[in-house]
Amino acid sequence: MSDTTHAHAVHRDDFGARLGMWLFLVTEMVLFGGLFIAYSYMRSQYPAEFHHAGGELNATLGITNTLVLLTSSLTVVLSIVAIQRGEKRKTMAFLATTLGLGVVFLVIKSFEWATKFHHGLYPNAQHLATLPHGEQVFFGLYFTMTGLHGLHVIAGLSVLAYMLVKVAKDEITQDRYVHLENGGLYWHLVDVIWIFLLPLFYLAA
Amino acid sequence: MSTHATTVQPSYLEDTGARKGLMAWLTSTDHKRIGLLYLYSMISFFFVAVAIGFVMRLVQLTRFQHLITAETYNALFTVHGVIMIFLFVVPGLPAVFGNFFLPILIGAKDVSFPRLNLASWYFYMAGAIVAVLSLFLGHGAPDTGWTFYVPFSLRTGTNVSMAVFGAFLLGFSSMLTGINFITTIHRLRAPGMKWFRMPLFCWSLYSTAWIQLLATPILAITLVLVILERAFGIGIFDPAKGGDPLLYQHLFWIYSHPAVYIMILPAMGAITEILPTFAKRTIFGYKAIAFSSMAIAGVGSLVWAHHMFTSGLSQFALMTFSLLTMVVAVPSAIKVFNWVSTLYKGSIDFQPPLLFALTFIFLFCIGGLTGVMQGALAVNVHIHDTYFIVGHFHYVMFGGTGMAFFAALLYWFPKMFGKMYSKKAIYASWFPMFIGFNMLYFTMLVLGVMGMPRRYFHHLPQFNTGHEIATVGSWFLVLGLVMFFGTLVHAAFKGEKAEGNPWGGVTLEWTLPSPPIAENFEVIPTITEGPYHFPQEDNG
Repeated sequence: MSDTTHAHAVHRDDFGARLGMWLFLVTEMVLFGGLFIAYSYMRSQYPAEFHHAGGELNATLGITNTLVLLTSSLTVVLSIVAIQRGEKRKTMAFLATTLGLGVVFLVIKSFEWATKFHHGLYPNAQHLATLPHGEQVFFGLYFTMTGLHGLHVIAGLSVLAYMLVKVAKDEITQDRYVHLENGGLYWHLVDVIWIFLLPLFYLAA
Repeated sequence: MSTHATTVQPSYLEDTGARKGLMAWLTSTDHKRIGLLYLYSMISFFFVAVAIGFVMRLVQLTRFQHLITAETYNALFTVHGVIMIFLFVVPGLPAVFGNFFLPILIGAKDVSFPRLNLASWYFYMAGAIVAVLSLFLGHGAPDTGWTFYVPFSLRTGTNVSMAVFGAFLLGFSSMLTGINFITTIHRLRAPGMKWFRMPLFCWSLYSTAWIQLLATPILAITLVLVILERAFGIGIFDPAKGGDPLLYQHLFWIYSHPAVYIMILPAMGAITEILPTFAKRTIFGYKAIAFSSMAIAGVGSLVWAHHMFTSGLSQFALMTFSLLTMVVAVPSAIKVFNWVSTLYKGSIDFQPPLLFALTFIFLFCIGGLTGVMQGALAVNVHIHDTYFIVGHFHYVMFGGTGMAFFAALLYWFPKMFGKMYSKKAIYASWFPMFIGFNMLYFTMLVLGVMGMPRRYFHHLPQFNTGHEIATVGSWFLVLGLVMFFGTLVHAAFKGEKAEGNPWGGVTLEWTLPSPPIAENFEVIPTITEGPYHFPQEDNG
């Protein structure tokens, strides 16, 4: 870590950097864990309503998005393999592909959300208020959890975009790529959380 | 003991970089400077909350009640709680003394992520400023109490969302500090500094950091849900939409009870550093203390529902949580016995830090035992939401964490500032503090058993005497606090120069000059034995 006021001896600890990232991922898992607790409690209260409300979601789009994200996780891994081999152009190409897939995910997601809004299935909507309690809670959770996940996708994309710039500037290189690895780890987390969201919401019917 | 080499390097307090003065501090990634940034900001917020507490006590004297309205009183106890909990007690010892001494105690030059460390301080300040601003912006100061219970926190028109967002930012700061400390302890121990050669303060920081990591995100998401609920009406906590307010209480306490141990574990760690130094004896039961910290962290995560005994949980849940609550007292008691055994047959050197450490043990025992009382289901129904609870948690948090903070400050002050304070003035401040403390909070315990509910603006005439005693006690307490910090501020500017090792301590920080150099160690030490080996002991 560089220093602005006094010069520390240059200290580099890639293992430590990865450990820190893993610990941060733990906090992210627990963050979503709180929502998973809320989900499981509510689902145990309203099993039939959750089943019915899940049918409102478009499983095809959900599964498509899963494939998009899984592929993007693969391309992140490929970019790390490429940087380990010192292939800068390939690294950048794979990172750019990941970014593109992330954007595709968000576009599909926004279409989904727009449809729900169109059908009046959003918190505080007049139509939603007429539905049974369990379905209202279902959509409350749906928007909260996919919304928070969407924010994480955006955060992950920003991190990876920054990594792309760093690769371009040769700040991430064949023998110094722990930042890219950590960015990739974060992206995998975004992916893993989605893999839990898919069955909980889209396949609930 | 000081290891001044031939060329004397400048201390960390002197600016050596391009930036000078305030900017040099605000951009410094030196863990010692960040520790002091936390210290200064924390003490400032602490005194704001003390002033609020002082006013709250004052208006409990019936003749002063017209000074404020009942609504203001609600805002005052909310803000008092939010500031004390989130800005002082939770970050207190880890952020100040953990930052300053963790790297030194394990023989490192800094924490693993120095820039992240500075960022944590900025998160802390941002959260603090947002929380304080919530008092003045929007439609009135938050009036929910620091627990932000739904459904009231969803219905009230006051500025709850902003206060909650402030707490969210503070949680972030706490989490990042936790990540930093765990990584530092795993990666940066000096050669030969094995796990069981670490000073016990490091063990307590380690267990604290794990709680910060595993519990704080739950608070973060819960607070986000409150904001979303207020902004968009997502309905998860709202019974009108099928939600459940009890879910909020569970989620809140899943964090906030472990947070109690975030508050007390580092305090226990600091006490564990202080006692051997003044008893000139190795700590009794090193491993028992280390493991009891981890046990507290573990079991403490499983007792949260004892805050909810009157909320209508099932009998089975009640009994389980009651039992677990009793169990968590065991590791705390292990520590107390170890401390006392450490003092036994030691050659006691009575100094101000020891006085405050002993005060900690005494007050913490009262706090801890009243806690066990509340763990009993039948008793809990009687004293729930009364002044008994208020008295109890002030004994634990102020008498425990607060006194340990003061003890740690007295212990390490000469090292941090390179100055020594007037010991007589500190002793003089202890008397009003100790007398006032017990007048104030022991009276609250009694009032609570008599039936005085907490958070009430008015009280019945039969509680007048109790309230008068408590209020007078608060005056003594504040007097003691002002004398205490007045002494230290005076010492920081005009105190005599402190030696490298004024107390005869044997852990690594006492091998350094006071104040330490920016790099801590000119040469990273190699450790060959446990942390509390006093040569005096060998001679008999």
